[in-house]
Amino acid sequence: MIVINDVHKHFGGFHAVDGATLSIEKGSITGLIGPNGAGKSTLFNVIAGVLPPTSGRVSMDGQDITGLPPHALFHKGLLRTFQIAHEFSSMTVRENLMMVPPRQSGETLWNTWFRRKAIRAEEAELADKADDVLEFLTIDHLADERAGNLSGGQKKLLELGRTMMVEAKIVFLDEVGAGVNRTLLNTIGDAIQRLNRERGYTFVVIEHDMEFIGRLCDPVICMAEGKVLAQGTLDEIKSNEDVIEAYLGTGLKNKEMA
Amino acid sequence: MDFINGLITFLNFVAVPATAYGAQLALGALGVTLVYGILRFSNFAHGDTMAFGTMATILATWGLQSLGVSLGPLPTALLALPAGILATVLLVLATDRIVYRFYRRQRVVPVILVIVSMGVMFVYNGLTRFIIGPDDRSFDDGTRFLMSAGDFRRWTGLEEGLAIRSSQAITLVTAIVVVAVLFWFLNRTRTGKSMRAFSDNEDLALLSGISPERVVAITWIIVAALATVAGVLYGLDKSFMPFTYFQLLLPIFAAAIVGGLGSPLGAIAGGFIIAYSEVMITYAWKKVLGYWLPESLAPSNLVQLLSTDYKFAVSFAILVIVLLFRPTGLFRGKSV
Repeated sequence: MIVINDVHKHFGGFHAVDGATLSIEKGSITGLIGPNGAGKSTLFNVIAGVLPPTSGRVSMDGQDITGLPPHALFHKGLLRTFQIAHEFSSMTVRENLMMVPPRQSGETLWNTWFRRKAIRAEEAELADKADDVLEFLTIDHLADERAGNLSGGQKKLLELGRTMMVEAKIVFLDEVGAGVNRTLLNTIGDAIQRLNRERGYTFVVIEHDMEFIGRLCDPVICMAEGKVLAQGTLDEIKSNEDVIEAYLGTGLKNKEMA
Repeated sequence: MDFINGLITFLNFVAVPATAYGAQLALGALGVTLVYGILRFSNFAHGDTMAFGTMATILATWGLQSLGVSLGPLPTALLALPAGILATVLLVLATDRIVYRFYRRQRVVPVILVIVSMGVMFVYNGLTRFIIGPDDRSFDDGTRFLMSAGDFRRWTGLEEGLAIRSSQAITLVTAIVVVAVLFWFLNRTRTGKSMRAFSDNEDLALLSGISPERVVAITWIIVAALATVAGVLYGLDKSFMPFTYFQLLLPIFAAAIVGGLGSPLGAIAGGFIIAYSEVMITYAWKKVLGYWLPESLAPSNLVQLLSTDYKFAVSFAILVIVLLFRPTGLFRGKSV
């Protein structure tokens, strides 16, 4: 579904992504792991159109999407969440979700004044949809809370909720589990699995929590120093010599790998 | 009775003019704050956008007058206002298309946009002077006073008079209407919410169904309308001279920063704070204090803290104090 072909991203002399080649299967939940500084987030940012690649090609369903701006990718059904959760802090949780769907009729100055009725009907529909999403994520009691007041984990759930407001094809989750407690992490994991099964979302997940990766992801791709080291099930990855060396070799004796 | 006379004097020379001036500054500062919140730069061309809008309105007013159209007691400029707004909207949209969009696509740092806006400022400035000339122009027709000092004295029998000029009343009414509509728009409509979303978190807004170019265009349209309304109200109240509008940039920015850049509510509060400070510090209090204090304490000099020539120093001083002690402004806007 997504094919990444020899993508490089250089910051001055630093090669954050150094010839990454990989493909993501439709309907999969692909895990992307690797030691800190492996270039996972940079690769995400290149795919999501935040950073233009220095060279290389990204394609989606056979279409070249290299360097398209984020909102163009959004319209193609490619969504991403952020490592540090983003939200419209001055708006309520429900309003945050209602912002997501594109091409709403209330978006032009003309309609704002002269098609009030149609807009109201559309907004009521969106509000219902947002409430359904919140219920799915088990945070419906927070609908009228200002998004800025949510806890870190709740903001991550809200980010996931945003992807449910539209028909997403593929969702990139950047460290959904970072700073989230175990209970909430399980809720997030359940939601990901259900979305994958019921709605056919493809997921790519960057995560350091191996238990979470092991439960959800197949295949798992391991990156180090800007390159793809190995791809396979988590068990295969764990026994891969290169991977072990990458984790231990960087001096990070990573407990998670044990 | 002395107390009431003092109060009337205070209202006449401080409160009424400062309120009108504050409303004009608030409308100007709202434009600055919207550009800062959504486009993320300080728009130095705002004063000259106001000048251009006022000029366009004056030209339309002259046109209407030559056709014999008038609004009776109200200034004809109010009827010409939509035409002025339209001209200004076209100007800023064209500027955005030709100038700002290029830099936005380059994702330049805000300070470059600030410098670019200074360039735009000089162009607007030249354009306005080229079309209408640098001279002082008065375009206030209709009745001059809602209530003159003489009438007030006759009605109340007080010694002091309270005059309310029509332009001051029009300023306040228009400002209230404009602000009410703006806040309804920002808080209740999808378009307004998209703008707030864009201001809250641009990265996330780009990953939603919000079209950035549309948000930018709508922001410019609103800013052009606000600038024109602010400029015309100021011109009706005082008079129109392009250079004065350029100078207004300082109190307007001071107002926006005092309130908190990016915060519409702050811009309004800031406008009134700056206006009241400026008027109160440059007002000669002798007469008011003469009424209010016992005779033995009555001042013999003017009790004017600062000559009106230095009124801009007031905005400047407030600006420095706010930046030193509370850089995000009263309403916690974005830090500067």
